[in-house]
Amino acid sequence: MSKSRLALVLRHAVLLLALAAATLAGGQAVRAQDAADAAFTRMATEAFPDIEAGINDLAASGSPRAQPALEALNDSRLVYAPSDKRVFIKMPDGSLVDARTGAKVEAAPTTRPVRVNNRVRRAIEAGLGALTLLNPDPAKRLLAAEAVFKSRDAGALPALDAAIAKETDPKVKRAFAQARAAVILTKDDSSDADKVNAIDVVADRGDQDALNLLGAAAAKSSQIVKVAADLAAETIKRRLALLSGIQNAWYGLSLGSVLLLAAIGLAITFGVMGIINMAHGEMVMLGAYTTFVVQEFLRTKYPGLFDYSLAIAIPLAFLVSGAVGIVLERSVIRFLYGRPLETLLATWGVSLILQQTVRSIFGANNREVGAPSFMAGSFDFYGIQVTYGRLWIIVFAIGVFIGLNFVLRATSFGLKMRAVTQNRRMASAMGIRTPWVDSLTFALGSGIAGIAGVALSQIDNVSPNLGQSYIVDSFMVVVFGGVGNLWGTLVAALALGIANKFLEPFAGAVLGKIALLVFIILFIQKRPRGLFALKGRAVEA
Amino acid sequence: MTLRIRNLLAGATVAAGVALASFAAQAQGTIKVGILHSLSGTMAISETTLKDVMLMLIEEQNKKGGLLGKKLEAVVVDPASNWPLFAEKARELLTKDKVAATFGCWTSVSRKSVLPVFEELNGILFYPVQYEGEESSKNIFYTGAAPNQQAIPAVDYLMENEKVQRWVLAGTDYVYPRTTNKILEAYLKAKGVKADDIMINYTPFGHSDWQTIVADVKKFGSAGKKTAVVSTINGDANVPFYKELGNQGIKATDIPVVAFSVGEEELAGIDTKPLVGHLAAWNYFQSVENPDNKAFIEKWKAFTKNPKRVTNDPMEAHVIGFNMWVKAVEKAGTTDTAAVIDSLIGVSVPNLSGGYSAMMPNHHITKPVLIGEIKADGQFNIVSQTPGLVVGDEWSDYLEGSKDLISDWRAPLSCGNFNVKTGKCGGAGK
Repeated sequence: MSKSRLALVLRHAVLLLALAAATLAGGQAVRAQDAADAAFTRMATEAFPDIEAGINDLAASGSPRAQPALEALNDSRLVYAPSDKRVFIKMPDGSLVDARTGAKVEAAPTTRPVRVNNRVRRAIEAGLGALTLLNPDPAKRLLAAEAVFKSRDAGALPALDAAIAKETDPKVKRAFAQARAAVILTKDDSSDADKVNAIDVVADRGDQDALNLLGAAAAKSSQIVKVAADLAAETIKRRLALLSGIQNAWYGLSLGSVLLLAAIGLAITFGVMGIINMAHGEMVMLGAYTTFVVQEFLRTKYPGLFDYSLAIAIPLAFLVSGAVGIVLERSVIRFLYGRPLETLLATWGVSLILQQTVRSIFGANNREVGAPSFMAGSFDFYGIQVTYGRLWIIVFAIGVFIGLNFVLRATSFGLKMRAVTQNRRMASAMGIRTPWVDSLTFALGSGIAGIAGVALSQIDNVSPNLGQSYIVDSFMVVVFGGVGNLWGTLVAALALGIANKFLEPFAGAVLGKIALLVFIILFIQKRPRGLFALKGRAVEA
Repeated sequence: MTLRIRNLLAGATVAAGVALASFAAQAQGTIKVGILHSLSGTMAISETTLKDVMLMLIEEQNKKGGLLGKKLEAVVVDPASNWPLFAEKARELLTKDKVAATFGCWTSVSRKSVLPVFEELNGILFYPVQYEGEESSKNIFYTGAAPNQQAIPAVDYLMENEKVQRWVLAGTDYVYPRTTNKILEAYLKAKGVKADDIMINYTPFGHSDWQTIVADVKKFGSAGKKTAVVSTINGDANVPFYKELGNQGIKATDIPVVAFSVGEEELAGIDTKPLVGHLAAWNYFQSVENPDNKAFIEKWKAFTKNPKRVTNDPMEAHVIGFNMWVKAVEKAGTTDTAAVIDSLIGVSVPNLSGGYSAMMPNHHITKPVLIGEIKADGQFNIVSQTPGLVVGDEWSDYLEGSKDLISDWRAPLSCGNFNVKTGKCGGAGK
């Protein structure tokens, strides 16, 4: 064979090969488009199982139109025309785009939204997960890995392998490996060796989801895989048991800070002044409603300032509740000093009046108080979910405590206040206007309750009954901590919060609360003045 | 000063007297309808709406020419979420105002409180809220759902569609959740669910710190089996519960929550985005598409002058109950209690979910059961509806002591707790 002939043959062969490859690729594209078309037609229905199957087909079709359509469906922007079974994507500007071709539709037919339920939503998550594995944004890739980990969809395996080969970010790479292990573990035809390897990778996560997966894998595998899975599950369980102890302590701290906020105002009015103020909870409620009003105002007038709404609400809530406190003290309580039972009844009446007033103004329904962006969401702290809202409330409670201590210890008003509580007649003789100090002290306690309301509006319902749920707890904290002692209130609030959270898993929320009440009753029998009893003349007076 | 006060008082007395006199004059030739819903206190949040819907229905009926040629007159009293006060106010309505029928109560404990009063004074009460069953009174008509019209179909839905194998029954600690959960537990066990796969949890009213419980649910749900929460958590406590689910990253696609006390009204005050996909089971949703419902929603918005007001299931129950009562009075030709009670049985009126509801001999009604998923706008996406109507079953078939009981208030049986085994009226229960 001559050289030229060889070259000719080779050239022909190359040409042929190229031609074959082109047809093949073209065929693939056409096939993907066909599959996608069929899938879209399938989704144009009211029946959930068909929609779900359509999504799965669409995700598997490999069509470039799949991802935008699934994303649109996820935001409930996918609609279909019942007449000709065409599917459209609704754009943010209201125009329709044909989901098959991506072309804009001029004459819009009557459409209905493609319906979504939980099963469909799971299919979307799984489909989108597989499709966004190669997204340029690492955060998106992480989400995609998580979605595949949850769906354990065997169809995603090739895409996953390709993604792992390309991945450079170590965090995402690990998530991909875990997702791959999850798929291998639940796939029926993977070998035992692969499965055991996969168990190691999954066990590395060490969280509830891993435990969940191992449980599912153990249930339908051979003996050897089952043993490995159980072993890994045991390790994770031990780790989680340790974590749950820390978690309970954290939850207890969080509950304790809420109790501290609710009770600290009462520590002034009841603890220092000795007034049994049943309307204390309503002062908290007024603070919460002040937050609501501030937010409503900002929402309509200055939406840009929404993140500062709580900062604006804090001084206003202090003023509103403090003002109501002064009016209450001047008009009711000052006539009842030294008559605790009458004070109790009168302030209880006032609390009902305040509740009904708020109900008449704002309605009986809950009001929605939004969270500023820095308080929304949560982060993962070694397996413990820490929510920003709760974290800020703890910080805030400590801040209020320090602030109040400062006022009592380092200002002239605080000095006068302490003087009046320790020896009223002597203070009066020294030229302190005791009725004036009484009013301001009560206003301070009420104002602090109002501030607490701002914080509580973030975690509880803002309704006229908000205060009622805190009044008993607040008294419990103040009595347990020792009347007239701020440090006692702090320790008592944290102790009760943590004890409550450790009791709850064993005894349940109802019994836990009863157990705590019984404990406090017994404790008060033994030490009637609480944890930190005041000593000196004030006690005898 | 004293003189002025005395003058004022005298003036007030005269004014009150005049008002009373004109009131009495007006009252002649009217039929009085009692409305016994809390307008203050904890339950005001739910019950105020029901008072409003009753006023709307009565106004509408009067526009149509009243009933038996007379105008209807609403007598509104406020039992203030105070259970003993419910009994007092019921007595007042029946003896002082002599109402022809009463529409009222929300909580089971308030119904239990007024039940002896209605039986003693022979009144008629329409009770519009889903409840735990295990009761049937001659004088009470239950237009809300019995457990088999809400709880059991919801569990069936989760079993079939979500393949749920592990169940958390979470509820507020009082009679409705406890009884419902007892029935559900028996039902699940009858379906072959093991005791290990059921977790039961109760919390006090208004519980706000859900961190530990949600963490427990998450742990319970990670045993490799699909898990769902069946929630009989009542009222306010729901909001922080759902918030905490969102905080701890539990989505409806992971662990769905199906609730029996969360409706459009409860969702109106909260941010529903983290709740999307969680479920509720009712006999009516505002999002039901049919002309009757559309007309009703428009009327309601016009009546309350608030285009954002929502409608909910207990409101629909009052619509059904009121229309049944009107029809029964027209049939009997009188508002006499005994005659109306007799003619009520068998009355059938259109409900708002599309179809007809009929009053059965056990004083419960037939209803369709709907399952809805919460949407981002606080409305429900109806994902399942029973093909036919379900008859309310007052004595559960799944509880010892009540499964042999039936209730039939027609003569000659006329008994609320007839034991089919012993053949005697007055078996177990009440």
